[in-house]
Amino acid sequence: MDIKAGSRLACPECSVELVVVRPPSSAVVLTCGGVEVVDAAADRPGGGHADASGEGTLVGKRYADEDSGIEVLCAKPGPGTLAADGREVPIKGAKPLPSSD
Amino acid sequence: MNLSLLLEMSASTLEDRPAITSGSRTLNYAQLDAAARRCAAKFLSMGATGVVYCGTNDASFPIAVFGAAYAGLPFIPLNYRLGDEQLQPLVEANRGAVVIAENAKVPGADPDMVILRSTILDPSFAAVGDVELPPFVDPEDIAIILYTSGTSGTPKAALLRHRHLTAYVIGTVEFAGAEPEQAALVTVPPYHIAGLANLLSNMYSGRRIVYLESFDAQVWLDTIRNERITQAMVVPTMLARVVQHLDGSPADAPNLATLSYGGARMPLPVLEQALELFVGTGFVNAYGLTETSSTIALLGPEDHDAAFAGDPVAKVRLGSVGKVLPGIEVEVRDEDGNVLPVGEPGLVFLRGEQVSGEYEGGSVIDAEGWFPTKDRGWIDEDDYLFIEGRADDTIIRGGENIAPAEIEDVLRRHEAIVDVAVVGIPDDEWGQQIAAVVVVAPGKSVGVDELHTFCHQHLRSSKTPYRIEFRDELPHTPTGKLLRREVLADLLG
Repeated sequence: MDIKAGSRLACPECSVELVVVRPPSSAVVLTCGGVEVVDAAADRPGGGHADASGEGTLVGKRYADEDSGIEVLCAKPGPGTLAADGREVPIKGAKPLPSSD
Repeated sequence: MNLSLLLEMSASTLEDRPAITSGSRTLNYAQLDAAARRCAAKFLSMGATGVVYCGTNDASFPIAVFGAAYAGLPFIPLNYRLGDEQLQPLVEANRGAVVIAENAKVPGADPDMVILRSTILDPSFAAVGDVELPPFVDPEDIAIILYTSGTSGTPKAALLRHRHLTAYVIGTVEFAGAEPEQAALVTVPPYHIAGLANLLSNMYSGRRIVYLESFDAQVWLDTIRNERITQAMVVPTMLARVVQHLDGSPADAPNLATLSYGGARMPLPVLEQALELFVGTGFVNAYGLTETSSTIALLGPEDHDAAFAGDPVAKVRLGSVGKVLPGIEVEVRDEDGNVLPVGEPGLVFLRGEQVSGEYEGGSVIDAEGWFPTKDRGWIDEDDYLFIEGRADDTIIRGGENIAPAEIEDVLRRHEAIVDVAVVGIPDDEWGQQIAAVVVVAPGKSVGVDELHTFCHQHLRSSKTPYRIEFRDELPHTPTGKLLRREVLADLLG
């Protein structure tokens, strides 16, 4: 699958939808609840995850995998948890500022 | 990442939370999103190549901004106050774009491409059948074309791509982080980067925006009280008018948590009075440029409070624009490009994902990604950034660089003076001499000699104006930036 900046990805099994903020610098398999994510326009059976352990994926949070360089923004939340080549992908620290505008 | 995603996320998460209030009308997030999609379909059905917006601030503005984004078209806000002869070339430069305007006759526009602004708010607008919106808008696409206010000449078209603006928003705003009762009052014009950045940030944070079509100090204060505004943004001239209007009485704005200002240099006396009158409100100074997708540095409420409490270091820093945002790098360089150490003034360069530095016709970003702001400034030992003003405005007298702002700040402290401009005038002996043009407050009077003495008390003699003139008013841009070239032309003319 071609992962480029702005690409929209989705979990085939749960409600998670992602937008690519930064594409990976090396090939990586991005999974949600253990299932490889797909192009958001692709067929999504939506059966849910057999194993929904983990934190799930939270809307508005950025997830960044240091090894591969991929960073995604969660556009729709869901119970599945993201992993890159099996590594759990951590939330990138938010830096909220005092409201300037 | 593209701009429409910011609204799409808020609409699917916050749904019926109020998003936009203008006049007696409030749209929630789902309604705003639906209206923007309808608008996008309409634009595409008209074969538009862009969306020109030539109007004031109301709910049609966010609908048009996000409509353009959903359609994958650049949004091009123009100053609706421009005269026909100035507006026409800008409209003609964007042939093929739909033109959203107050009335059907827009100079330079194809009448078939004009959409009346009032119709956008009509729920029956844009029932155009099945027009597919593009499933993918490239982050590299141009999101916004802004004609910079041009204090120094003809307007330039600055280009901001989706990736610049979204980098700014997702890097500085917590998604849906606002409490449901929060509301922001917006009075900056829609053709200013602050108005656009403000819209994107507030929509992403889930904060309701209340628009005022035009600024009036009493209406602004009434709206803050009646709409329980928690956040407001002003340009310095607006705050000056509010302070003048309050005339020493407290602002009585108990819900106002944050008052941010930017867009031009804030006169310290105005800020000091405002800090006294807005009890319990946190002040934020935001510095940025059109070419940097708005704010790149902030001076926060703690810094303002410390200065107000009398901390001498904080008092000095009240004249700074604070610290640069995470993800932004800053360098101060001399005329030859050498990086200068802490404390030394020079030319300010910026680098970061939100920095575009691009115009129609080319980018001014250098090979290492640095953008020359053309502002002069310096950084102190704790990374506070001080901006002296535009490099072009610097007066060079006998080889000494003099920032007009320093002299203006002194003159503004004189009780008879309400506005002042300091410029360099050509001089055979010194290269340039310092000239000050002052506006005297109604009912007050002051003479040249008294002002000379006043300057001598507060400034080195090399910084004391050589010539002082009086005028009834000074020329400013709509956001309050002084038009120095007009002041100079007047002096030399």
